[in-house]
Amino acid sequence: MTAATPIVQAPIVQARGIHKHFGALHVLKGVDLVVAERELVFVIGPSGSGKSTLLRCLNRLEDPSGGSITVDGIDMLDRGTDINKARQRIGMVFQSFNLYPHMTALGNVALALRKVLGLDRPAAEARARAALERVHLADRAGHYPGQLSGGQQQRVAIARAIALEPRVMLFDEPTSALDPELVGGVLAAMRELRESGMTMVVVSHEMGFAKAAADRVIFMDDGRILEQGPPAAIFGNPQHERTRAFIGQIERH
Amino acid sequence: MTNWDRFLDSFFNLRVAAEYLPKIIEGFWLTILLAGCIILAGIAAGLALAVVRSFAIRPLNWLIIFLVDLFRALPPLVIIALLYFGLPAAGLSLSGFAAAWLSLSLVLMAFTEEIFWAGITAVPKGQWEAARSTGLRFFQTLTLVVLPQALRMTIPPLTNRTIAITKGTALASVVAVPDILGAAQAGVSFSFNPTPLTLGAIAYVVLFFPVVILGRWVETRFAWKR
Repeated sequence: MTAATPIVQAPIVQARGIHKHFGALHVLKGVDLVVAERELVFVIGPSGSGKSTLLRCLNRLEDPSGGSITVDGIDMLDRGTDINKARQRIGMVFQSFNLYPHMTALGNVALALRKVLGLDRPAAEARARAALERVHLADRAGHYPGQLSGGQQQRVAIARAIALEPRVMLFDEPTSALDPELVGGVLAAMRELRESGMTMVVVSHEMGFAKAAADRVIFMDDGRILEQGPPAAIFGNPQHERTRAFIGQIERH
Repeated sequence: MTNWDRFLDSFFNLRVAAEYLPKIIEGFWLTILLAGCIILAGIAAGLALAVVRSFAIRPLNWLIIFLVDLFRALPPLVIIALLYFGLPAAGLSLSGFAAAWLSLSLVLMAFTEEIFWAGITAVPKGQWEAARSTGLRFFQTLTLVVLPQALRMTIPPLTNRTIAITKGTALASVVAVPDILGAAQAGVSFSFNPTPLTLGAIAYVVLFFPVVILGRWVETRFAWKR
């Protein structure tokens, strides 16, 4: 072994040539997405451009019609892959939070720790508490979702995902359903997660956050990636007319 | 004898009442036993069918939907008659109690399957997705996340339907089961006085009033904390 051998790190997410049809609708038309470890990739684009579908293909909430996906070295589309095991490595946060309304915040976070990882209740709850601590909601552990604000619910949802110690986190419009004054807390939690070194793929229109935190911004339009690059390039000097029009529209709001 | 006296003598004849009260009380317990067996079997079978249906195995679901529609369409009395009077011709005879229990359980099963199924489908898709995204399997998601929410939603229609079907236990009197109504009718035939029917009506109220109130309590008990 020579000292010059570079440490080649395989990307955590490698999606190649992803197609997705919903009946006659061709939603993804050959998308490539490669995400390196510790990278934060932002995906923007008009509604219906396929951003969410792409994200949902990565953990196979949607089955792609074609292409290949590996996450952390696991072939996600291989029939032999235990999809439930693979999903432990991929955290996901949804636009509508999707907390379990019949469980407390602690119960929400602890459920998969007990039933998927097989921890006993005290161990699961200790780990769930630590996850809630990370989103600054340890004092709300005993509250039910209905007793929490939207922003708090979304942070519990983040805790629920990170408690499983995933290798990559997917965010599907995490702040779109929130009142403006509640967005800040969720973005702060995401920023802290980012600073801890988490690999993240974020579908969102929070341009301020993208400019401050993203390593790369991807612009999707009509089922394809139209252009991508560092936030300064995409927001400051977009190459495509469509990108320019879209960013102009977003920034006017 | 005035009309009023005649009315009292017909419906509130104390001598007849005292004589037939023990029979009505026996019928009361028998009705409770029959209703309890119907509720247990009917709801358990209905829940089982709804769970099987959620696996979306197509031929199985066609069978479930056919059974459910069949037993929702048939009048319960017709099913009881078929089982009690028809089965012996096929060499299988059921007691009146068994025929009534099986018939009404099948009807309750059919209705509760539809109620549970409606509850399962009413749970937002996002609940499934969130649970599955954490690595929970399909059946774990169903039992730990979806069913607890579905069951809460189904409690009001479930209590209504359960009360309606258990009142149908009175149909058992047609196949010689000495339940409340059966005992009351026997009393009327022997005494030539309708007072036993009054006792029967009172027995039904005594039986079902607490059930209705219990239903209300269950509904509030399982409402989510908000």
